[in-house]
Amino acid sequence: MSDRQQILDTVTAQIEPFNKKKVPVTAATTFQGGLEWDSLTVMDFVAAIEDEFDITITMNMQAEIETVGQLVDAVAKLQG
Amino acid sequence: MTETGLQSEALSLDPPPVAPERDLMNKFDGLIAERQALLDSGVIDPFAIVMEQVKSPTQAVIAGRDTILLGTYNYMGMTFDPDVIAAGKAALDQFGSGTNGSRMLNGTFRDHVEAEAALREFYGTRGAIVFSTGYQANLGIISTLAGKGEYVILDADSHASIYDGCALGNADIVRFRHNSVEDLDKRLGRLPPEPGKLVVLEGVYSMLGDIAPLKEMVAVAKKHGAMVLVDEAHSMGFFGANGRGVYEDQGLEDQVDFVVGTFSKSVGTVGGFCVSNHPKFEAVRFACRPYIFTASLPPSVVATAATSIRKLMGATAKREQLWANARQLHGGLTALGFRLGTQTPDSAIVAVILQDQEQAVAMWQALLEAGLYVNMARPPATPAGTFLLRCSLCAEHTPAQLETVIAMFAKAGRAVGAID
Repeated sequence: MSDRQQILDTVTAQIEPFNKKKVPVTAATTFQGGLEWDSLTVMDFVAAIEDEFDITITMNMQAEIETVGQLVDAVAKLQG
Repeated sequence: MTETGLQSEALSLDPPPVAPERDLMNKFDGLIAERQALLDSGVIDPFAIVMEQVKSPTQAVIAGRDTILLGTYNYMGMTFDPDVIAAGKAALDQFGSGTNGSRMLNGTFRDHVEAEAALREFYGTRGAIVFSTGYQANLGIISTLAGKGEYVILDADSHASIYDGCALGNADIVRFRHNSVEDLDKRLGRLPPEPGKLVVLEGVYSMLGDIAPLKEMVAVAKKHGAMVLVDEAHSMGFFGANGRGVYEDQGLEDQVDFVVGTFSKSVGTVGGFCVSNHPKFEAVRFACRPYIFTASLPPSVVATAATSIRKLMGATAKREQLWANARQLHGGLTALGFRLGTQTPDSAIVAVILQDQEQAVAMWQALLEAGLYVNMARPPATPAGTFLLRCSLCAEHTPAQLETVIAMFAKAGRAVGAID
């Protein structure tokens, strides 16, 4: 299993408790449109991801991340 | 006149056709619909209040009705102070109605310098810079202090002016959970140690009126080598021995690097400022775009500010009355069974938490019709999606006025089912 797949699996698992509408999650799912998260949910979720991977996702980066796949890429990059 | 001619004339009066997908205004459709739905329900438009007369810091006429003001930030009641008004009138006579220029060029008059001198005295700092509004002070200071490759670390419940200061600048932005010392520590710990960092805090958070644990937060910021800015907009005049704010009250005067404040609350006029002891602080004047590329405050405004600030230094009786008023209102509303933003009267803001927008609007309207103005606040301005009626006290409210206010809340609260 590739690193990217591992990160995707972990991210998907982290999405689960916030995914109140049980939207099916793929790399193409968007946080705002697909998962229909408000800004407060996004903040809590980002904090969970940061804790899980021990990274900092700045608000500048968050502004560029729209899909689950983009988040996975960002995490992979931040983990270096 | 031909058919064609008529058509052409008619067409020239019509707005040029814009393809719906290119109409920039379409993004507001949701907002327009939501607002229309609110107005269609028959309520008074909460965002179209006009003060037809203002009789004192606590009384105005709204829609022809005498109304008690409990939603201004006129904490110290300085707006009708005779000395303050006299200073403004004299400056109008001597210096005219406006400056027509930037602070940097032709827009610094005697009283801008005088207001900065008053601030240095009030805060006991070496430096003070006056901006045209409090919003611009945060916008300018934050965007100028933290540059590319550096970090701003801010509380999630920060005021819009702080968020906008971050957006205007080029620093990387990290936010932490509201008032969580642990989360601030964790986030600072994850950042690389080398780059410069600015931790931005507020003494009083204005939506719920809660106080920051500044002592612990500043200690954490210093541990990680960050500089600290505290916005004391909602505390000036009545926190700390000299009324400097929550940071003074918590004994942090030698720890906080920058304090941002405003003239539009306790000072009773308009304008913003930053004070600091940093030896290089003056350099901000030459680098800060929201300071440079805007007109300076009118002479009358800075003259009233300077006089008001000096009077606030010795305003012990007003300060005591303001705190007594906060205790009276907080106690009265708690006794009635309202859910409030803070357990104790921690600041001059008492926020009543309501169930939803419908209840908040109904209660706000009932209070207004009874002759009481409070501020309604809703997401996204409020934390955790709450609907609030925010009361802010003034040193000039009398105990009898507040008894009336509490009785109005009792009646309106029962009418909308917010209390039993």
